[in-house]
Amino acid sequence: MFLRSVVLNRRPLSPTLSHEGRGRLGSAGIRSGGFMLRFFSWGSIRPALRLTLVLSGVLLASFTAQAKPDAGQLSALASDDNDRKIGALQQIAASAESDALPILEALQNDALYTVDAKRVLILHENGEATDALTGETLAALPDTAEGVMINNRVRNALTLTLAAIRLSSDNAGMRLAAIETLRNTPEPELLPLLERALLKETDARVKNRIEITRAMIQLQGEDKTVRLRAIRILGETSDPANKQLLEALPVSDAKSSAELRAAAQQAIRDINLRLARGEIMGEVFSGLSLGSILLLAALGLAVTYGLMGVINMAHGELIMIGAYATYVTQMLVRQYAPDWFDWYPLLALPASFLTAALVGILLERLVIRHLYGRPLETLLATWGISLMLIQAVRTIFGAQNVAVENPAWLSGGIEIYSNLILPYNRIAILVFAAFVLFAVVLLLTRSRMGLFVRAVTQNRPMARCMGVATARVDALTFGLGAGIAGLAGCALSQIGNVGPELGQGYIVDSFMVVVLGGVGQIAGTVYAALGLGVLSKFIEGYAGAVLAKIAILLMIIVFIQKRPQGIFALKGRFADA
Amino acid sequence: MNKSLVSRLSGQKGWMLLSGFALIALVIVPIFNLSIPEGHPLHLSTYWVSLFGKIMCYAIVALAMDLVWGYTGILSLGHGVFFALGGYAMGMYLMRAIDPDGLPAFMVFLDWQSLPWFWQGTEHFLYALLLIVLAPGLLAFVFGFFAFRSRIKGVYFSIITQAMTLAAMLLFFRNETGFGGNNGFTGFTSILGHSITAPGTRVTLFALTALALIGALLLGRYIVTSKLGRVLMAIRDAESRVMFSGYNPLPYKLFIWTLSAVICAIAGALFVPQVGIINPGEMSPANSIEIAIWVAVGGRGTLVGPLIGAGLISGVKSWFTVSFPEYWLYVLGLIFILVTLYLPRGVVGLAEHLQKRTKTEAKA
Amino acid sequence: MSASALSAQVGGMGSDLTGIERVVTPGKLDTTHGPILYLEDITVSFDGFKALNALTLTIDQGELHCIIGPNGAGKTTMMDVITGKTRPDFGTAFFGQTIDLTKLNEPQIAQAGIGRKFQKPTVFEELTVHENLGLALKTDKSVWASLRFKMTGEQQQKIDETLELIRLQSDAHRRAGALSHGQKQWLEIGMLLMQEPKLLLLDEPAAGMTDEETARSGELFLSLAGRYSLIVVEHDMEFIRQISSKVTVLHEGSVLAAGTLDQVQADDRVIEVYLGR
Repeated sequence: MFLRSVVLNRRPLSPTLSHEGRGRLGSAGIRSGGFMLRFFSWGSIRPALRLTLVLSGVLLASFTAQAKPDAGQLSALASDDNDRKIGALQQIAASAESDALPILEALQNDALYTVDAKRVLILHENGEATDALTGETLAALPDTAEGVMINNRVRNALTLTLAAIRLSSDNAGMRLAAIETLRNTPEPELLPLLERALLKETDARVKNRIEITRAMIQLQGEDKTVRLRAIRILGETSDPANKQLLEALPVSDAKSSAELRAAAQQAIRDINLRLARGEIMGEVFSGLSLGSILLLAALGLAVTYGLMGVINMAHGELIMIGAYATYVTQMLVRQYAPDWFDWYPLLALPASFLTAALVGILLERLVIRHLYGRPLETLLATWGISLMLIQAVRTIFGAQNVAVENPAWLSGGIEIYSNLILPYNRIAILVFAAFVLFAVVLLLTRSRMGLFVRAVTQNRPMARCMGVATARVDALTFGLGAGIAGLAGCALSQIGNVGPELGQGYIVDSFMVVVLGGVGQIAGTVYAALGLGVLSKFIEGYAGAVLAKIAILLMIIVFIQKRPQGIFALKGRFADA
Repeated sequence: MNKSLVSRLSGQKGWMLLSGFALIALVIVPIFNLSIPEGHPLHLSTYWVSLFGKIMCYAIVALAMDLVWGYTGILSLGHGVFFALGGYAMGMYLMRAIDPDGLPAFMVFLDWQSLPWFWQGTEHFLYALLLIVLAPGLLAFVFGFFAFRSRIKGVYFSIITQAMTLAAMLLFFRNETGFGGNNGFTGFTSILGHSITAPGTRVTLFALTALALIGALLLGRYIVTSKLGRVLMAIRDAESRVMFSGYNPLPYKLFIWTLSAVICAIAGALFVPQVGIINPGEMSPANSIEIAIWVAVGGRGTLVGPLIGAGLISGVKSWFTVSFPEYWLYVLGLIFILVTLYLPRGVVGLAEHLQKRTKTEAKA
Repeated sequence: MSASALSAQVGGMGSDLTGIERVVTPGKLDTTHGPILYLEDITVSFDGFKALNALTLTIDQGELHCIIGPNGAGKTTMMDVITGKTRPDFGTAFFGQTIDLTKLNEPQIAQAGIGRKFQKPTVFEELTVHENLGLALKTDKSVWASLRFKMTGEQQQKIDETLELIRLQSDAHRRAGALSHGQKQWLEIGMLLMQEPKLLLLDEPAAGMTDEETARSGELFLSLAGRYSLIVVEHDMEFIRQISSKVTVLHEGSVLAAGTLDQVQADDRVIEVYLGR
């Protein structure tokens, strides 16, 4: 339910074309309008160009239109009588004349004027006016012109009318937005319009929406075959609103036969099933998404703590540094190569890795190396480091959160069900986490560097005897862990706030993941991260975020007490090491 | 070996220092604060009385931390929770004292109709005192029992205590938990019928804190000079040898852990009426770690060290956060690093080292 | 106390038992019916690797028994099982007739009368030599008793005797951490003796000692045999020759050979295991 309400809120119910609203329509079109449009950002196009783009859809549509609104309709629109206005709107809507668009938009934007209740004028931004009937252009509005006022009722009708007209637009995104608006008022009057639109429609998604809207209307009709088909179509959706329609059906209509009722019930069951599936999948997805974030945050720790045994309380701050490195990269790209802004993550990834790794190596050389074998002291010293790093970032960037903007291709998402939308940035992080994991495992098990790391962590004196430069390996290993933390920060900057205290929220969680998975066990870390993510999202569903977090912490505490070695226990003579 | 209790608890010099301290806290401070009028150069303002009272509470906490970390080797990152729990228990009484018949203001705000069960009886001071000891004591006992039984030690233990701290803080931040959420408790008016802001009450609380500090010091001294204290140190240095010598470390650790938690809670209970507020911020993991650094700065495994450390750091902190607030975290961070790197035995260890060196130089 | 007197004393406690029904009573040692330690079919595996494989071993009352074997033969794991650090997956371990070791934890086993010396000398470094011995003293080891503990003259005398035995009288009030490696070994042995154990497990007691110290250790162990039962794990064959009459060779978790040192040294299989092909 929650997901659905979010979806509804995001989708503008009435794609208005007010002066400040043009951008909004544009972005709405992009949000729901397939992949092509997603690759350019609306905000980056100059306003004049934007206007022509929006209008071009209407202009092109005019070739297929039958006639302009006639004088009677125009005077009705311009009259003081709201009922007459609505009547005229309905007529215009039924004929779906796209030439009416400029007039209707003007009406919606309070830019429609009348002179003596006869002449209807459209006021343009530049101060010129056009006669709606004749197309004559006036240099300025006559002094006697009065604005046409509309109340909410008319405004609603106007919205629908605009939607009806835009349904024949050439822009699939605009058609989708239009049908979404119409779907909210499944009135029988819309049927002819929908039938006509169906014949022409080529976009599968828009066509599907139109069919659903038509089915919503036909559901209330008389013809049993048509109603059965409507029920079947609605049964294939996953929209709770359709469910409500179907539920209302048998009660409201005494003439419904048993067959209809059975079909409706089957359809309701189907929708319920889909909704439930959507909900569970949604929770699993957000759980996996949280898990992938935990994994990214914990992977670096799995290297520094799991392999090297260094308790790095500044790990969270290394994540934070990675996020700030992303922020700086983003600013630089925006300033020096704005055309390439959408590709700044490609630069931010190495930048965040290297910055965090460099800081990590510095810490290892300056402080941590002197504390090997004294874990409690390491804990305290690295906590001190974390305090200084937080304050340093505050000094440089300020205590407030900074804004890291998603590239356009990371905003939006895939809609699976009406109550399940998978955001692209979350998917990207999942994939990215898998990639980092793969790279780390590969590096540790297949490379010479990995061999050295394992040699040094398992038997330091022996490794030294074999000629391994243990000090350098230590520094590089720690740098690797820190760099992975930086990558985590880069990923986190795409989904959350970036501020000096970003890391503090992750340090306990990351340690919990590593400890739960079993220290030194990368596989354990993966299971623990994903498991914890899914589990906490499920508990969140019942108890809310804070209680879920508390419950998870308590469960981990209890689990560790039952099984101090974690999920993947090391046994035998190394167990105490 | 078998000295009398008096000589065991402190040397002659120690007893003199202690008596001097008691004299200052119980006689001189009250006189200078209450009897000398404001504006007089010798007048001790209530601000300073409260500040010293606060620092003494911190010193008690540091002492408690030292018993588990310095002597037993268990680094707790959760002592802030015990401190705050003691404070909350006292706070419950103080909240009820504002209006004994009505509900505390935050409950009215939440539209609650009656007191939750855990608030029952908190209008009685004695019951509140019992809660101060029992609630944190029980939490520490249960947590410690399971942790020590599973032989969780070292950094592992530290991290799960931090997880406990985080969980507790989140819990207390919730309004529904019933402890005033974000804002915690504040706006206290009276304690046992006396106005909480009256200079007399302040000085009394100050004196009580001083007594508690002396008490904690003597108790600590009694414990660490007993065989129990030596077993604790033995657990710190070689726990397996302790086990193979026939001692079960579990009850030992549990005893000192729970005792330390209770001492912390008492300090928290004395702290709250003096500063006039308790909120979940006291439970933040950062606060708990700061306690460890007091002990580290002063000197682990000594009883005087934590007192010096707590006084030093909180003194410097109150100065810095007023004069150069933006630099305090740098200083604190640097203290963490420098102490662990260069002063493993703290200020006391440094002093002993210097003393020894001057002695050997004198001999040579 | 002589061996017979000791066994009479400890055996007396269990004499009313039938001997068929094994009653597990920690702290009451019954050796009236033979061996002091009895391991049968002990199997311990770590992730599929069998550290001990159906190990069967008996140690007689008052015996000084040496265990040798290459690395990974299971010597340390065997000690872990006896002292309760590791639970066997399978098999029985009895201390005397009545004490089931697999059901007790480390402190209970220590109190029952088994002392263990680690390979790496483990003493309480921050405490003095005297305090180290005082802690090991056989006494009530509960928290409350420790808090109220006052040393009696008798106990003080016992510490002094042990100090003399391990030749650390002059170092009694030094920090144990300041002792030499060999001295720490001796202190640890002294601590074991303070526990008044019936069975002593010594893991490489001569490691890190000078030749002279090693020789003295040998003398000490020989003098302890009879009063105590001893299991000594060693690599130093000369030392073994000096102290022991009975040697058991472990290999891959079970007994490979047993007998006198000369017998096992002549055994083909032992030679093969030690020298390889």
